[in-house]
Amino acid sequence: MASPQAEHPIVGPGHTFGTVTDKISTIVLQRRAPLGWWLGFAAGFALLQLLLITVGFLLFKGIGVWGPNVPVGWGFDIINFVWWIGIGHAGTLISAILLLLRQEWRTSINRFAEAMTLFAVACAAFYPVFHTGRPWVAFYWLFPYPNVMGLWPNFRSPLIWDVFAVSTYATVSALFWFVGLIPDLATLRDRTASKAGKVLYGILAMGWRGSARHWNNYETASLLLAGLATPLVVSVHTVVSFDFAVGQVPGWHATIFPPYFVAGAIYAGFAMVLTIAIPLRKAYGLEDFITMRHLENMAKVMLATGLIVAYGYTMEAFMAWYSGNTYERFMIWNRVFGPYGWTYWALLLCNVLVPNTLWVKSLRTNPVYLFLISLVVSAGMWLERFVIIVTSLYRDFLPSSWGAYRGTVFDWAAFVGTIGLFLTLFFLFIRFLPAISISEMRTILPAAELKEEKP
Amino acid sequence: MSAEEIPAVPVDFAGVRRRLDGTTGRRYWKSLEELADSPGFLEFLHREFPEQAATFEDPKGRREFLTLMSASLALAGLTACTRQPAEKILPYVKQPEELVPGRPLFFATAVAHDGYARGVLVESHEGRPTKIEGNPDHPVSLGATDVFGQAHVLGLYDPDRSQTVKFYGEVRTWIQFRTALREALAKQKGTQGAGLRFLTGTVTSPTLAAQMQTILAEFPSAKWHHYEPAGRDNTRAGAVLAFGEPVDAHYRFDQADLILSLEADFVGSGPASLRLIREFARRRKVDDAKPVMNRLYVVEGSPSLTGAVADHRLAIRSSEIEGVARAVATGLGLPVEGGTIAHVDWVAPLVKDLRSKGPRALVIAGESQPPAVHALAHAINEKLGAVGQTVSYTAPVEAGAEDHAASLKTLVGEMRAGQVDLLVVLGVNAAYAAPADLAIAEALDKVPLRIHLGLYEDETAERCHWHLPEAHPLEAWSDARAADGTVTLLQPLIAPLYGGISAHEFLGGFLGRADTKGYDILREHWKGQWPGADFEKEWKRALHDGVVKDTALPSKAVAVTLGDWATTAPKPAGSGLELVFRPDPAVHDGRFANNGWLQELPRPLTKLTWDNAAIIGPGTAQKLGFSIEMTATGHATEVVELRYRNRAVRAPIWVLPGHPEDSVTVHLGQGRTRAGRVGNRVGFDAYALRTSDAPWFGSGAELVRTGETTKLACTQDHWSIDQTAHKEAGRRHVVRAATLEEYAKEPGLFHEMGEDPDPGLSMFPPHKYEGNAWGMAIDLNSCVGCNACVTACVSENNIPVVGKDQVSRGREMHWIRVDRYYQGAPESPDTYHQPVLCMHCENAPCEVVCPVTATVHSEEGLNDMIYNRCVGTRYCSNNCPYKVRRFNFFLYQDWTTPTFKMMRNPDVTVRSRGVMEKCTYCVQRISRTRIDARNEGRPIREGEIQTACQQACPAEAIVFGDVNDPESRVAKLKASPRNYGLLAELQTRPRTTYLAAVRNPNPEMPHG
Amino acid sequence: MPQIFHRSTNTLSKASIFGALFVAAGGLWLTLEINRTSWVTRAHEARTQAVPFSHAHHVGGLGVECRYCHTSVDKGAYAGIPPTKTCMNCHSQIWGQSPTLEPVRASLRTDTSLEWTKVHDLPDFVYFNHSAHVNKGVGCSTCHGRIDRMPFVWQENSLLMEWCLECHRNPEKYLRPKEEVYNIAYEPPADQLALGKDLVRRYDVRPRVTCSTCHR
Repeated sequence: MASPQAEHPIVGPGHTFGTVTDKISTIVLQRRAPLGWWLGFAAGFALLQLLLITVGFLLFKGIGVWGPNVPVGWGFDIINFVWWIGIGHAGTLISAILLLLRQEWRTSINRFAEAMTLFAVACAAFYPVFHTGRPWVAFYWLFPYPNVMGLWPNFRSPLIWDVFAVSTYATVSALFWFVGLIPDLATLRDRTASKAGKVLYGILAMGWRGSARHWNNYETASLLLAGLATPLVVSVHTVVSFDFAVGQVPGWHATIFPPYFVAGAIYAGFAMVLTIAIPLRKAYGLEDFITMRHLENMAKVMLATGLIVAYGYTMEAFMAWYSGNTYERFMIWNRVFGPYGWTYWALLLCNVLVPNTLWVKSLRTNPVYLFLISLVVSAGMWLERFVIIVTSLYRDFLPSSWGAYRGTVFDWAAFVGTIGLFLTLFFLFIRFLPAISISEMRTILPAAELKEEKP
Repeated sequence: MSAEEIPAVPVDFAGVRRRLDGTTGRRYWKSLEELADSPGFLEFLHREFPEQAATFEDPKGRREFLTLMSASLALAGLTACTRQPAEKILPYVKQPEELVPGRPLFFATAVAHDGYARGVLVESHEGRPTKIEGNPDHPVSLGATDVFGQAHVLGLYDPDRSQTVKFYGEVRTWIQFRTALREALAKQKGTQGAGLRFLTGTVTSPTLAAQMQTILAEFPSAKWHHYEPAGRDNTRAGAVLAFGEPVDAHYRFDQADLILSLEADFVGSGPASLRLIREFARRRKVDDAKPVMNRLYVVEGSPSLTGAVADHRLAIRSSEIEGVARAVATGLGLPVEGGTIAHVDWVAPLVKDLRSKGPRALVIAGESQPPAVHALAHAINEKLGAVGQTVSYTAPVEAGAEDHAASLKTLVGEMRAGQVDLLVVLGVNAAYAAPADLAIAEALDKVPLRIHLGLYEDETAERCHWHLPEAHPLEAWSDARAADGTVTLLQPLIAPLYGGISAHEFLGGFLGRADTKGYDILREHWKGQWPGADFEKEWKRALHDGVVKDTALPSKAVAVTLGDWATTAPKPAGSGLELVFRPDPAVHDGRFANNGWLQELPRPLTKLTWDNAAIIGPGTAQKLGFSIEMTATGHATEVVELRYRNRAVRAPIWVLPGHPEDSVTVHLGQGRTRAGRVGNRVGFDAYALRTSDAPWFGSGAELVRTGETTKLACTQDHWSIDQTAHKEAGRRHVVRAATLEEYAKEPGLFHEMGEDPDPGLSMFPPHKYEGNAWGMAIDLNSCVGCNACVTACVSENNIPVVGKDQVSRGREMHWIRVDRYYQGAPESPDTYHQPVLCMHCENAPCEVVCPVTATVHSEEGLNDMIYNRCVGTRYCSNNCPYKVRRFNFFLYQDWTTPTFKMMRNPDVTVRSRGVMEKCTYCVQRISRTRIDARNEGRPIREGEIQTACQQACPAEAIVFGDVNDPESRVAKLKASPRNYGLLAELQTRPRTTYLAAVRNPNPEMPHG
Repeated sequence: MPQIFHRSTNTLSKASIFGALFVAAGGLWLTLEINRTSWVTRAHEARTQAVPFSHAHHVGGLGVECRYCHTSVDKGAYAGIPPTKTCMNCHSQIWGQSPTLEPVRASLRTDTSLEWTKVHDLPDFVYFNHSAHVNKGVGCSTCHGRIDRMPFVWQENSLLMEWCLECHRNPEKYLRPKEEVYNIAYEPPADQLALGKDLVRRYDVRPRVTCSTCHR
């Protein structure tokens, strides 16, 4: 543990409580945001408007403005849903599991990773509602409540499991994130100059005074929530994978899906954390807090999960052959060599080939390279969902009903639109909330450790 | 419109009652017809749509109002959750006795196709005809219908139908027209009508014929010309050639063990096709107890449905078929010259087979073959002794039978010579459908006064001074003969929607009886026909039965005389590509071009919709380097310039397996310019190439590349030449087939083809179905792929038309589709048709995955689909291995056009945007029957419930019933060794199962 | 540093944590209840009609039987609204000149329908069949209430799906002998359950609860 510590500390040298607090809180408290922030926010906000227009048109004309058809009943809508949910994984993983595993390096990234989770889940939640033919009823008919029709939803349907899995996950992550924020909100409340800021932060801080009792409750709460969140990390994407595994479509109906989806989710999640962390530390000079150690660790996690995913692909192909099932065999053959074969090869390139370069330490510790790889992996994971959904559906059992699929301009608009939503929320977040946990950073400072050594 | 609202319309009947005193139910048809001049329907319109009615009457205004409506309706989706607005009920003023609100009445009448009647029963809901069924008592329809018969309902309500009298395109009144006509006739009187010409299609109506005779007596020098674009000139000429007189041949397939078709597409066309299909299919319903069936040989120059069901099919250019016919004749010992030796390996065993079957064999020639081939067929039949056995002859059914092409040619000649002062066109769209070489357009312009009576303001109306709206066959009194001569009295189901008049009423104007109603004209005629007999009794019986008894023509003895046609060899076909013309399988000669149901109907074999194409064989395609690529927005293909005899059209290429090489098929009937909003500018106009001397095929065509590509809407992936899919379909045993020999030897062979897992394998105990358990069996051996089931389903279940773009994107809405599979080499494949509808799986994959239980199982084993609960996740469709579920991606249904509201089946929900739908086994019919049975405290009788597809099927390929009743037909069929479940290995336990196909090839024959 | 918040806000914030839960739950309960109120279902809302026809007078007062006007109630899906002719059967003699009946006479004269406002208005995707019910011992008043006491007819029951299901699931609670079906004043006996069970058996009543029974 000592050697890597020495070579890449998790906090830059020479930091005291004061410097940490100043450094992080000024990002929020500075009078005007840097130009870069404005540019980024503007871009995100513009894309968000595109999303709104698309949704308006979708509601007016019908789901037909998107690409789905018979046989390909799901397209970009569910692809993007799974993609975003996947991205939403890293946050909880970092905050919950790494917390329980006492991985101290997590502290400087968990805050914005959790935020990212929330925003990703928000983007994901958009699709299950709007991909339906009648969103105006779908959004409440999916919930069980004693309605006047005397009907309950179909608890055998994976889509209902989704409703519960996703909403639970969203709730717990939100709570976890907020609880973690409380001490920092208090800090901001005390440090901000503006009256409005004092009131707003004050309300959110819920009267935090940093008393021993507060800290005690705080610690217990985080531990409890971490305990709650841990199974969710696994459950959410498992349930999402059931949407396919429960179906009998060749290419969906596979028992390997749950682990393979979860691994993929973490893979994608960490990729996104890197995509955010690298520019962030550069822009706000946070190299001391998000050090090379963090980047390298995340790279390692990606490498590991990437290998699991690769295993998943292999097993899929192997089982198709081994089962001797005509439909499965054709499915995998068609996936690799059929009209959409290029997507599969691109997927292997992005998710298997490229990430394996992370074995090389020099690359693993090169921020620019990591940033690029993280983008490649995100693209790869999107392709993975495309391959699973489209290339399974478009040529299923009866050759007579084989079809083709292509996303329409509105599919793309909705996709980049949700990216806009994500960016908008994220830029607002770094502007008004501390992107790195001040209180937790303090605990990992050498100063903090010294204190503990005193008898 | 609200189901509850239905008793409201049309109140018209009430007025009816007043005018009649103390009449019986049947006679109120008279008064319905009287309603033509009572405000009748328009009143109803006003009442139903008070504020819009005004705008509605003005067509331009209507379109605007429609667009507005559609916009507001789209929004209505958003405001779904509000209180219901108050609705009105409009009861009858006086209710017809036999009418129970919500219970349909059925009336017997007929619809004519190319002039020949097909008996039908029309379902009427409170006076609105909504569905057409075959009339089981009719000798030609035998209770079945074809695609056209079904589509007449849509034709009746078509808002694009002509609605007013026009003069030079200006709106006029009937009075004004009558005055104009009177003046014109006054002039003609002087010249004995020397300048008066009538042009009609094929006429079989005794009354109309009689009327024409009276008129011709009035104007001795007037002439009556005929032109039927897809008429029977060759058949007629053939008979004259063989017998010296134009007799009609009537075939008895039920007696025939062997049928040789020389390009005779009895499945796809011909006045007797419904009966012939029935007789043909009955001889192919083999079971292991008695493995015998008939055998069909087909020689054809363009793939047809008949060729697709053949046991042996020889695909050669149309021009080469005469050679084969002569070879067969010679082989049978007839003194005939010019037989080809090209296909001796095919002809020799055929001749042997013909000899062995003797009188139980039959040779039929297709209209598309020249007269000589028909004459040869007659000669061969006589030689075989088939006359009186499998074929008989009668006087021609057609009135004033003559050669249509020649007739039109003379007329055009006279028009050009300025000998015609007054031309009267009845229904025929000559300006569009005449052979190109006649250049009829400018000939027409030379006629001083032209009057056109027609359903639409079509290309011909455009070229006439006067256009008069014609009443639809379902709106007017008339009569017509069927292929065998049997007369049916046509009775109106509703007062003319657009104020049209019938041909009878129109012709009355030429005899100074402009005001006589069609009803009276018809009764007068038949009063003359039934002297002595109690007229009213006869009349009512005829109307009730839908046939006038003993009106079938008596068979007549004729003998073939071998003329020089037999001894002179045919002139060799010219070089270059051969161009073959065929009427479009869906829009026929173009008269149905504005019918959305038909335009969207996947054409048999090509599976193309909303288009016609230059169809070539795979070899030719390879040679010329054409290929078709499937994309997410349609099938991309190349546009070529099709040159033929110094004329040219631009047409997309389509490649069809089994199409003879060096030959191109084009379908007539598309490329209309004045068909209506639906049919305009769909496909290309093949008439532009057709010449009067070669109506069906001719050599010397060229395909010239343009480099342009276009996209066609095809409902079945173009896998027929894509080898992967070809292989897969075989591997998956989607269609199971064997030869009669194999089947007789090993009846169980079909089960070895695919695995059929034991229900016990399931983790759960199999569900026990008490009471009725509905199921269906479809005999692939009977199915001829005619699409009648598809249109019947569309009509019964209010299925919307989605248009070319949506079909291209794989979003067609048909609940039942006819899949087409090939086996063997693309050049000469075996073709199989497989109607696929919801299988109503007992373990339905769709049901588990629906989050809102919008699709669940009923206790009778139906897979219910509940539109009003569906939120449209489309998960069920993804998980359906048969892909029979259809989704409303947009608001497909036309919610605005008032007449369409009248057209729909009130017992079936009109689906809105965003919901899934699929075959329900016609649950509305099941419910009605169940409720009646339970009210009467009796069980549902076997065969009491017929699904729409089953009822329409001329081949009796679809059988529906209670699988719990071991005595039911369906249960018996499912017990047959031919029975198998599609994709049964998925353990879905489908309620719809298939009977494997059995072909009966001649062992001595080379394959093909 | 001055206090921003009054100390009471501590209690407030504590309360709000739980308060939120109650507010949410209450809101849900409220929406559900609103959907069951007669404001949404339009139950007990007397509709005025073009002709002031009083069931109270004709049924209650004169004792005209349901089927005299609603002729197809036992034959078809729709009970049937009487044609003008039916009204005139009596009113050509009685009240022949009454101004209130002018619309009726006008209807007959001009051969145009009377316009009635629909009282029992099911959604268009619901297929209800009267004959199936009256022939199995479901009385008119079971669904329509005491029509004989309604001057202007109102909808007695909610007509919500849950209301239909209640009877389809336990018919014995509501069935009556067939001869009593049209007895508008029928009162169920004390031993309704016993009677009902017996009728279910005797009439072979098998109320279906599968969706396609009403939705197709």
